[in-house]
Amino acid sequence: MAMTDLDLPPVRPARVAQRPGAFQRLMSDYGQEIVVLLAIVALFVVVTIVNPRFISANNLTTIFAGNAYIAIAAIGMSMVIITGNIDVSVGALIGVLATISGTLAVAGYPVWVAWFIPVLVGMAINGVIGTLVAYARIPSIVVTLGALSILRGGLISATGGTWISDLPPTFMIAQKKLFGLPVPLVAMVVLTLLAAAWMRYSAFGRSLYALGGNAEAAVATGIPAERRIVAVFVIHGMFAGLATILFATQLQVIQSTVPPNLELTIITAAVIGGVSILGGSGTVIGSTLAAILFATIGSALIFTNVSAYWLRAVIGLLILATVLADMYRRSRRI
Amino acid sequence: MRLASLLRHEVLLAILLAVVLLILSFQSDKFFTVSNLLNQGRLMTETGLIAIAMTFIIATGGIDLSVGSILGLTAILTGVFWQNVGLPLPFAALAAIAVGTFAGFVNGVIITRFRVPPLIATLATLALYRGLAEGISQARSVRGYPDWFYVLGQGEVLGVPTQLWLLFVAAILASIILAYTRWGRTVYAIGNNEVAARFSGLSVEGTKLALYTVSGFAAAVAAVIFVSRVSTTRSDMGTGIELDAITAVVLGGTSIFGGRGTIVGTMIGLCLIQALKNGLSLAGVKGDGTIMLIGAVLILAILASNLFERSGTR
Repeated sequence: MAMTDLDLPPVRPARVAQRPGAFQRLMSDYGQEIVVLLAIVALFVVVTIVNPRFISANNLTTIFAGNAYIAIAAIGMSMVIITGNIDVSVGALIGVLATISGTLAVAGYPVWVAWFIPVLVGMAINGVIGTLVAYARIPSIVVTLGALSILRGGLISATGGTWISDLPPTFMIAQKKLFGLPVPLVAMVVLTLLAAAWMRYSAFGRSLYALGGNAEAAVATGIPAERRIVAVFVIHGMFAGLATILFATQLQVIQSTVPPNLELTIITAAVIGGVSILGGSGTVIGSTLAAILFATIGSALIFTNVSAYWLRAVIGLLILATVLADMYRRSRRI
Repeated sequence: MRLASLLRHEVLLAILLAVVLLILSFQSDKFFTVSNLLNQGRLMTETGLIAIAMTFIIATGGIDLSVGSILGLTAILTGVFWQNVGLPLPFAALAAIAVGTFAGFVNGVIITRFRVPPLIATLATLALYRGLAEGISQARSVRGYPDWFYVLGQGEVLGVPTQLWLLFVAAILASIILAYTRWGRTVYAIGNNEVAARFSGLSVEGTKLALYTVSGFAAAVAAVIFVSRVSTTRSDMGTGIELDAITAVVLGGTSIFGGRGTIVGTMIGLCLIQALKNGLSLAGVKGDGTIMLIGAVLILAILASNLFERSGTR
């Protein structure tokens, strides 16, 4: 949606008439993001009335910092989905990278080595995935389904399911603060804004929308489709690596079993945030807001004394509602 | 020419399966015994039933990610209807299957009436149905089913595991429907070109709605078999089974873009995966090493089949 110029208002007789046009354009460009933002605000208001402790500093930290790694991984996922591809292996990848990171840290390497080697490994692994998708022309869902098995199986057979503990305190960057704010929060905001600007204003970013919107037309205008696909997977690998730094350093131990269905949570964040699964539209701001929304819902259930076992059902209903609202908006626009 | 290119992948895969079976039987003398092979058939039935329905859905160019959650929900409801509501077990199981089938129908309605892409629709219901299963069960499991119930999952008929008969009948029926009926041709037509299929007067929406409903039904039946096999009910049952089923279908040569695929291919894919799992574990390879290998086989098989296709006449 963001990249079509077709919905420009055709006639502008007076400056007064431009105002609703600008508003409508904002709604059509960022409609989904605004809906998600309103949902977060509404939840905050309602739950705080029920239980004022909801907006304690402690809980706000949990909401905005605890899920930051999901938001960061969802940035890369959004880019992949915008090109019309998908990656179901990212959860397993984060697990593998976290184990590599923890192993390096415990083995006594400098902490920056333990943080950034996994980022490079993530880029390399996703480079292979991207190459298989772009040049061998295997559909991305098939490649990443295979990669999911390979990474998950490889992780458990390499670690035997044990946990890594005794991590050095300097390694735990997710527990530190920067300018008085939790590092994960700062990282999430900075990375989201950088990626959003880059997707919107760079030629590269716009070529991704073009590829997802209409690959043949994009190729005809001279966009090197194969190279772009490989690049977007490598960038996605980088964001998965950055997400891993926060994921691996938030608890005192690194479990070799990542949260089950992590990849689906990340894909869901992208989709709820307004990235069309058919490619060609969506923004990374939306996916970050969606990740915050998930964290808010999870916390809201706890603070309203609803059993956490219902969390997934609530998220499922929410996805359905947003998707149906999105389909309704689109059908009205056409 | 089209038949030849259809067969090519299945033949390739069958040869691969034969080679794998041969190697595995050399690795361990326990592998190629009747009791072991029948037991493996037992283990692959649940995935197999789901994969059969999934073949139809993927052949239309769709996908159903929610089957694992439908399995979990049906399993929980079987236990809850029986133990908490107090229905006799056969009715409890049937009622749970009805709910599971309805869950599939809901998928179909969301996809056909509201035009939500199948991937998103079933991603949403994956979370929803699993959430309902978790919410209803509150992490409590149901045990202590009567002995006769285990016939379905642990018993045998004429020396062959009960559920393997079910899979066998389902596979033959599905194979005939997909290959020889108007309905099967509609499935391929939708996968090849949905718009063209609609203009040809084929009932695109009706067919899709039926397929997703059948997929829910298959997952629900698989759930009851699963409960009967492992003698207990938990809300996390069937997690990830959608990926196993999709792997079997895609490995079997069904195009993820639709328009191509056979039940025979899916069944060979299923056997190949199960043979690898079992054979390697008998040969002393850990289960996780096997998962790795299956991933590699999936990618390599599709890669090989892509190469064949490009070098062939097209």
